[in-house]
Amino acid sequence: MRLKDHPVLDFKFEEKKKVSFIFNGETLYGYEGEPIAAALHDNGVRVLRRSPKLNRDRGIFCAIGKCSSCLMNVNGIPNIKTCVEPLKEGDIVKYQDKKGNIRGD
Amino acid sequence: MSEEYNIVIVGAGPAGLAAATTASKYTNKILIVDENIKPGGQLSKQTHKFFGSKNHYASVRGVNICNILLDGLSKEKVCFRPETSAIGFYKPDTLIIQDKEGLHKIKGNKFIFATGAIENMVSFENNDLPGVYGAGAMQTLMNLYGVKPAEKVLMLGAGNIGLIVSYQLMQAGVEIMGVVEASPFIGGYHVHAAKLRRMGVPILTSHTVKGVYGDGKVEKAIIHKLGGGFEPLHGTEKTIEIDTLCLAVGLTPSVELLHQAGCNIKFIKELSGYVSVHDDMMETNIPGVFVAGDASGVEEASAAMLEGNMAGLKAAYDIEGFNRSVFLNEKEIVEFELKSLRTGPFCERAQAGKKRLMVEER
Repeated sequence: MRLKDHPVLDFKFEEKKKVSFIFNGETLYGYEGEPIAAALHDNGVRVLRRSPKLNRDRGIFCAIGKCSSCLMNVNGIPNIKTCVEPLKEGDIVKYQDKKGNIRGD
Repeated sequence: MSEEYNIVIVGAGPAGLAAATTASKYTNKILIVDENIKPGGQLSKQTHKFFGSKNHYASVRGVNICNILLDGLSKEKVCFRPETSAIGFYKPDTLIIQDKEGLHKIKGNKFIFATGAIENMVSFENNDLPGVYGAGAMQTLMNLYGVKPAEKVLMLGAGNIGLIVSYQLMQAGVEIMGVVEASPFIGGYHVHAAKLRRMGVPILTSHTVKGVYGDGKVEKAIIHKLGGGFEPLHGTEKTIEIDTLCLAVGLTPSVELLHQAGCNIKFIKELSGYVSVHDDMMETNIPGVFVAGDASGVEEASAAMLEGNMAGLKAAYDIEGFNRSVFLNEKEIVEFELKSLRTGPFCERAQAGKKRLMVEER
């Protein structure tokens, strides 16, 4: 959900460009230039990857590109820090299993 | 071929922007690199009004301070590169940066590392479950991108960050189920705690989180009471239904780059971890390499900006060698403001840490 009625901040969503992207085969929407992880969070996606050793679900933790908890496969490239990766129209985002691989599956 | 700059600043948070502001008064060809999409660091996420005196932007909201700093930077003198990581420093004058196009060599005369800090984690059961978020992450989602970050939140930590972010979450329409604090005292300003209490948020001191549980995401937390020696008291467990546990348990300075560069790194408890040794004008043991802000010891944004001013002033002076009395005058002003900012009971810790850092350096 977006904050359209905030007591201090005005996000001016009407001036932003809405774009579509694909997450695990499903079409979702977000605003151009915002971090992919933020757009996913808005769509209710909480699990972004599985951990390399213990195979545990991982979501956002720091959201400033420091902790590696949000690494995903974006447009075929694994280990993208989605909390600092701007969203573009048509991005293909995939859940990353463990270390990820270059083939993107 | 590599690009050349007078001053290269790593990090566009309060310290980095303040360093550029001061330095650009006296010199040009300044580069700021930052990993994030937007400049401002954590400053751009602060919707609350700052304390202190007028010189410290008192009663101005953090996000507006950020805009004032950004608007004040001359585009001819200061170049900003977002989505760019600084990944290595090679003495005496080379920084390696990485962006979408790949790796680049940057030559600089002076370097200011304003790399900030990273959120701390604490040990409890399932602390890696999606839905355990750092306080900064909640702020990024709600205050920068307007995403409602959660529905029901339990806050761990009653320092200023825990208290302020709880209030900001309420402004975003999120329900705060409580604030849990392991120590017997509230660490943050009482004005922030009182604001939460007036809104009916319980602040439980001498309590901590035993664990969070759920299927693929946080669904509930179990908290328990702590005894005088911080030992868990059995039989005091309480279950709270939440979808997010927010951690506000302190920060650790990000000194990786400074460490790699060869700066003298010391563990100073009062400054929240390993920090780079620096002199009174923020210069490290490597001539021409400066540190500012949380990377030189975790304090808050006002101190970070003043440290940035100081580093920017000295770096510019060393390059341009402008009028010495102008330099000394400005130095004295920043020193005075830092000193007045660091007085008061809440800053004793940081001040003791800075003192230790300087003494050990000699």
